Amino acid sequence: MNIRAEHLVKRFGNFLAVDDVSFEVESGSLVALLGASGSGKSTILRILAGLESPDSGRVHFDGVDATNVHARMRQVGFVFQHYALFRHLTVEQNVAFGLDVQGVPKDKSSKRARELLELVGLAGLEKRYPSQLSGGQRQRVALARALAPEPKVLLLDEPFGAVDAKVREELRQWLRRLHDEVGVTSIFVTHDQDEAFSVADRVIVIHRGKLEQMGTPAEILDEPATEYVARFVGEVNVFPAQLVDGVAVSGALRAEVTAAMTDAPNVNLVVRSYDLKLWREDPGVGTVRRVVVLGDRVRVHADIDGAGALVAQFPRRSSLLKGLAPGARINIEVTSARAYPKVVNG
Amino acid sequence: MQPAESTTTRPIELAVPADRAEAAKKAASHGSGVFRAFLLGVVFLYLGVVLVAPLVALAMETVDVGFAEIVRALGTPTALSALWNSVALVALAVAINAVVGTLGAIYIVRHRHFARGYLDALCDLPLAVSPVMIGLAFILLLGRDGVLAPVLDAAGVKILFSFPALLLATLFVTLPFAMREVAYVLEEIGTSEEEAAVTLGASPLQTFFRVTLPNIRVALSYGLMMTAARALGEFGAVLVLGGSIAGHTQTATTFIHDAIEERDLASAYGMAAVLALASIALLLVLEVLKRRTHAVTRREK
Repeated sequence: MNIRAEHLVKRFGNFLAVDDVSFEVESGSLVALLGASGSGKSTILRILAGLESPDSGRVHFDGVDATNVHARMRQVGFVFQHYALFRHLTVEQNVAFGLDVQGVPKDKSSKRARELLELVGLAGLEKRYPSQLSGGQRQRVALARALAPEPKVLLLDEPFGAVDAKVREELRQWLRRLHDEVGVTSIFVTHDQDEAFSVADRVIVIHRGKLEQMGTPAEILDEPATEYVARFVGEVNVFPAQLVDGVAVSGALRAEVTAAMTDAPNVNLVVRSYDLKLWREDPGVGTVRRVVVLGDRVRVHADIDGAGALVAQFPRRSSLLKGLAPGARINIEVTSARAYPKVVNG
Repeated sequence: MQPAESTTTRPIELAVPADRAEAAKKAASHGSGVFRAFLLGVVFLYLGVVLVAPLVALAMETVDVGFAEIVRALGTPTALSALWNSVALVALAVAINAVVGTLGAIYIVRHRHFARGYLDALCDLPLAVSPVMIGLAFILLLGRDGVLAPVLDAAGVKILFSFPALLLATLFVTLPFAMREVAYVLEEIGTSEEEAAVTLGASPLQTFFRVTLPNIRVALSYGLMMTAARALGEFGAVLVLGGSIAGHTQTATTFIHDAIEERDLASAYGMAAVLALASIALLLVLEVLKRRTHAVTRREK
C-alpha cells in the first residue's frame, strides 16, 4: 500500500516534535526513518499507526485519507520497541490475538499463528510464554503477531534496539529477507545509520522534527542535502570557508567544490574523512599530529594552517601513508567536497 | 608477662598468620552473628508483645468463657445483626472498590492531565486522617444542621445513623487500597501492550478484558483483600456516623466495644475471636497473592 504523509505537525506542550513533515512511501518498499533520539521519528511512526493524532496534516493510505481512521481500523501492523508481547498469553496466543479479537474461529486463528511462527522460524515454541524467550525470539514473535491479521502496512519502532549487536545483525538481514518474501509496505524507525542503509530501500533522515532528506542509501551517502545529514552519515571535516568560482578557501586549504547548496560566498565546507589525500611535502599546508591504526584502516589527525584540525582515513596499506609521522609537513588534495550554507545556531 | 612465654607464643603466631586471620574473621562474623541474633530477638520480642500475646490472651479468654456460652452470645439477634452489617459492608466495599478502584486507577494513570498530582494525593487522604475526624466531617455535611441537610430533607433521605452512613464511612476509609495497588501496576506495565492490542484490532472492551485486566488481576485482588480487612476492622468512623445502635447500625467492632462497656465478656470475646479468625483467613489469602505477584515478577526477569 502506498503511504503519503502531508505536512504533519505534532506538538507535545511547547515541544515541537514533528515540524511540517511530508513524504511518500511506495507500495511494497522498505523504508527507514533515521534520526537521533528525540528527533521525532517515533512520533511520525505513531501518527502513521493512528496511535497519535497529528495537530495538523494528513495521512493517506492508497490515496484515501486515513487521518481520522482509528488505530484499530487502520490495518497497520505495529512492532513496538520493547516488543509489548502479552505476558499472560503463550506465543501462539500472542500471534493469534489479532485474529481472535476479530472473531476468527479458534482453529483457523491457531492454524494461521502456527504458519506465521513457522515463517519467522519459531515453530515448536508455541506453548512458551514471552518471558521464556530470548530477546531475538521475542522480536520475531512480535513481528509474527503484527503480520497475522495481514496488515496493509508494517511499522516497526526501533525493531532491533533491544537486542545485542550480533543478534541485531542477523535480525537485520532476516527482516530484509522476510520483507522481500511477504512484500508488505514497511517503515522502520532507527537511530543506527548502518541499520538504515543496510536494510532499507529508501531512507528518510529526520532532525529536530523536520525531514532533512529522503532518498536511496547511495543518494544520502553521496549527496547529503544538508550539513546535518552529511555530519550524521559519516565522519566529516567542516571548515568555515570562502567560496569563489567553485573553489572554497579556508586558510591554507583550497578545495574544488563538487556541489554547493548555497549561493552565498561564506559557506561551511564539508569534506568526508575518506575524500582526502595527504602526502609528505615541504613546506606543505599542514602538520601531522597523530596517526591511529584501526584494523584495516588508518586515521590521520592533522592541523591545516589557518583552517584547523582535520581527520583523514586511508586503507592500512596505502602508499600515501609513507612518511606520515607526527610532526611531518604535508600537502593535501580534496577529492570531493560540498558547500553548505552557514546556519546561525545550526 | 614472662619472656619465656612470649618466645613460645610469638613464633606460633607468626607461623600461622592465615589461621589467625581466619580466626579474626570468624570472631568478627561470630560477633556480628551474636548481634544479628540479638536484633532478631528484639524483633521477635517486640512482635510477640505487640501482636501475638494479645491474640493468645484473647484465645485463652475465649476458651475460658466456654464454647457453648460464646455460641449462645453470638446467636442473639443483636450479635447476628452486627455480624451481618460487617459482612454486608465488606462485600459492598470490595465490590464497589473493585469497580471504582480499577476505573479510578486507569483514569489517574492513563490520562495525563494537570490535576493528576492532586488526585493522587487526594487518594491517600483517607490513610492520613483519623477515621473519627472523617466521621465528624460527614456529620457536619449530612447532619441536621449540615450543609447538605436541605437537599437530603427535600429528597426525604436519611443517611446518618443508618446503614448508608456505615457504608459511606467504610467506602471513605477503604478508598486508597485497590486504587493504589492497581495504579502502581498500571504505571509499571506501561501502555504498549494496550496499544499493541488496539493496532491488532481489539475494541476498548476487548483490550480491557484481554490485556489490561489480566495484567492487573493479582494487584487488584491484593488491593481488595486489604479493602476487606480494613472494612472489617473499621471502628471510629462507623461509630461516629452510625451511632452503634444495637440491632441497627452496630457492626462487629462496635458490638465488641459495647459488649465490653456492658461487661458482657462472652459476647466481646466471641465476636473478637470471629474477627480474629476472619483476619487470619484474609492474611493467608494475602500471603498467597503476594507469592503469586512475586512469581509473576520473577518470571518477567
